[in-house]
Amino acid sequence: MANFSIIVPIKEVPDIEKVNFDREKGRIDRSSATSEPNPFDLNALEEAVKIKEEIGGNITVISMGPPQAEDTLRDAIARGGDKAILLTDKGFAGSDTWATSYTLATAIKKLGHYDLIICGEKTVDGDTGQVGPEIAEVLDIPHVSYVNKTIERGKDSIIVQTEVWGRLYKKELKFPGLITVTKDLNEPRLPTLTNKLKAKSAEIERWGLDDLLDTGDEKHFGIKGSPTSVVNIEVPKEKGRKSKIFEGKDAAKKMVEQLRKDLGGI
Amino acid sequence: MQLKRWLNNYVRIWGVYDMAYDESEGEGVWIYCEQEKGEIHPVSYELLNKGRELADDLNTHLTALFLTPDGSDAQELVYRGADRIYLLEHDNFNYPNEIPFRENIVKLVEDNKPEILLIGATHFGRSLAPRVAGALETGLTADCTGLKIEKGDFVQIRPAFTGNILAHISTDRCPKMSTVRYKEFDESERDTGREGEIIDIEPLEYDGPDVKILNEMIIEDINIQEAEIVVSGGKGLKDSQDFEIIEELCSTLGGTVGSSRPLVDEGWISRNHQVGYSGNRVKPNLYIACGISGAPQHLAGMKESKIIVAINTDPSAPIFDYADYGIIGDLYEVVPKLIKELREG
Ligand SMILES: Cc1cc2nc3c(=O)[nH]c(=O)nc-3n(C[C@H](O)[C@H](O)[C@H](O)COP(=O)(O)OP(=O)(O)OC[C@H]3O[C@@H](n4cnc5c(N)ncnc54)[C@H](O)[C@@H]3O)c2cc1C
Ligand SMILES: Nc1ncnc2c1ncn2[C@@H]1O[C@H](COP(=O)(O)O)[C@@H](O)[C@H]1O
Repeated sequence: MANFSIIVPIKEVPDIEKVNFDREKGRIDRSSATSEPNPFDLNALEEAVKIKEEIGGNITVISMGPPQAEDTLRDAIARGGDKAILLTDKGFAGSDTWATSYTLATAIKKLGHYDLIICGEKTVDGDTGQVGPEIAEVLDIPHVSYVNKTIERGKDSIIVQTEVWGRLYKKELKFPGLITVTKDLNEPRLPTLTNKLKAKSAEIERWGLDDLLDTGDEKHFGIKGSPTSVVNIEVPKEKGRKSKIFEGKDAAKKMVEQLRKDLGGI
Repeated sequence: MQLKRWLNNYVRIWGVYDMAYDESEGEGVWIYCEQEKGEIHPVSYELLNKGRELADDLNTHLTALFLTPDGSDAQELVYRGADRIYLLEHDNFNYPNEIPFRENIVKLVEDNKPEILLIGATHFGRSLAPRVAGALETGLTADCTGLKIEKGDFVQIRPAFTGNILAHISTDRCPKMSTVRYKEFDESERDTGREGEIIDIEPLEYDGPDVKILNEMIIEDINIQEAEIVVSGGKGLKDSQDFEIIEELCSTLGGTVGSSRPLVDEGWISRNHQVGYSGNRVKPNLYIACGISGAPQHLAGMKESKIIVAINTDPSAPIFDYADYGIIGDLYEVVPKLIKELREG
């Protein structure tokens, strides 16, 4: 039997806690933004590491992005990934969620054997949560979204808990399969010093468009393969808030009077 | 490789493999009517309202897909605005397993070629829609807050960068699919004078399960998203016990307790209470933020509230820019005073 194999797709995103947004111009100020791994993907990676610690196997981290996304993959190796692949090519630029999912799925097919794919719930920049289930669709494997707990981890299947329909469901997913995970699942650990050193010299494989044409169809890649496009950007007007400050000894009293006036019976 | 590229281009020109179809072929607006164990989810009525508007603008019909274990409510969808219901009744639809839903929706789309397909952006909708879009090889725009027809084109509007901008998105093939944020649009009016056609369809056989459902449990539903009043605490609180003063203000007002993320991460309160980008989106009549700085990720979850009140020691905290009323001061002093005033009134 082939080695138990987990794949974690990780995206490099701008650090949105630091990024400045220019409301006048409707642009993010890229120079203010440093990059980091998508925070939700670190929960995905952490779970992969836990599963590996429990039942063995290996973890492949994979990312589609510009060449500098290599940093994110190194970080992922320092956190417990065994092998890293960076999908980078001008031909991947401008991908929407369909083209992104197709590209990642095509690369996963090329890898050959895999058991479990773990994605984050969503990315902080794309913010769609679509890429996970779309990868599963392209690969024609089952998936479970919004997993907030793994209950039993086996080599043929995993039992997970997910929140949907206002209920908690316990579901068993047969491998090969894909899950997308929420932040509740675990607390990602920090890389250790030795792992950081190991990651420094680790080899990051790079695949371009040509490398994917034996498992994928060229018409689905990049901007040409993307059915959706942004036709306009609008900077919404902030709702004009009164920003009235109550001061002095009577501040609380004035506040309650004001709220009673605005809202009636409170 | 050269040959392969050439072949791929050739295939593209002739469109041999396309599952999606050309824009000119698509006709009609469809909504997926979400149900949970046979009960129609309110987002479905919101979709019917928006869908009706789009269908009228396009001069076409509105169809609802109702995949359910129990179709007795199908007529309700007619009263709420649908011209046509595709009713698929099966026990498989009693469980949130996406695959049998996908199979049937994809088949219906391929047979009937709608122009637009809308799905509610609930957990289930956000998990099902990408499977359907992926199978059809078409575009899917997530979590839309606006949809309109502009010069005959379907424009999908969604917030990006934690709501700082709104992106207008267009899809170049059909069906054009979007998930639509819950509680963004009003529900359609119920009009028992409306007429429509209910078409019974035999569901496809599903030979799964690839995903087995082992157990189902109703969760404590604090329903912060529906609350009229929310009182939230943030890192201005020094200790988990201190949440009590937030709770006291909250119960005095008859509201629901909320929280910023750091307190949830600390384990002081459950994630059901978290307000913000990775928590719950709330839209109450009154939102009171105590000891919360107003980070964009927090604002993303509450800035649509009708009246916002901020209590913070730091006059330069961004939350004050988004508040209607504020008190600059220590929440440990201000909140008890507010409680006293409210009780005396
Ligand atoms: C991917 C991602 C998702 C996120 N999602 C969310 C989310 O859903 N929700 C969320 O809230 N955050 C979220 N965050 C975190 C967010 O960026 C902020 O870190 C967080 O909102 C800050 O919480 P806070 O305002 O309670 O704390 P702080 O920013 O530390 O603010 C505390 C405030 O309390 C004031 N204060 C201190 N003492 C007192 C006192 N005695 N009385 C009155 N005021 C006092 C201070 O002046 C300060 O303004 C997310 C971040 C990321 C990266
Ligand atoms: N460019 C990418 N490279 C690798 N993984 C990605 C990429 N984009 C999305 N993903 C994965 O898909 C998940 C959902 O992303 P999204 O649909 O963009 O919200 C992420 O949490 C990642 O696990």
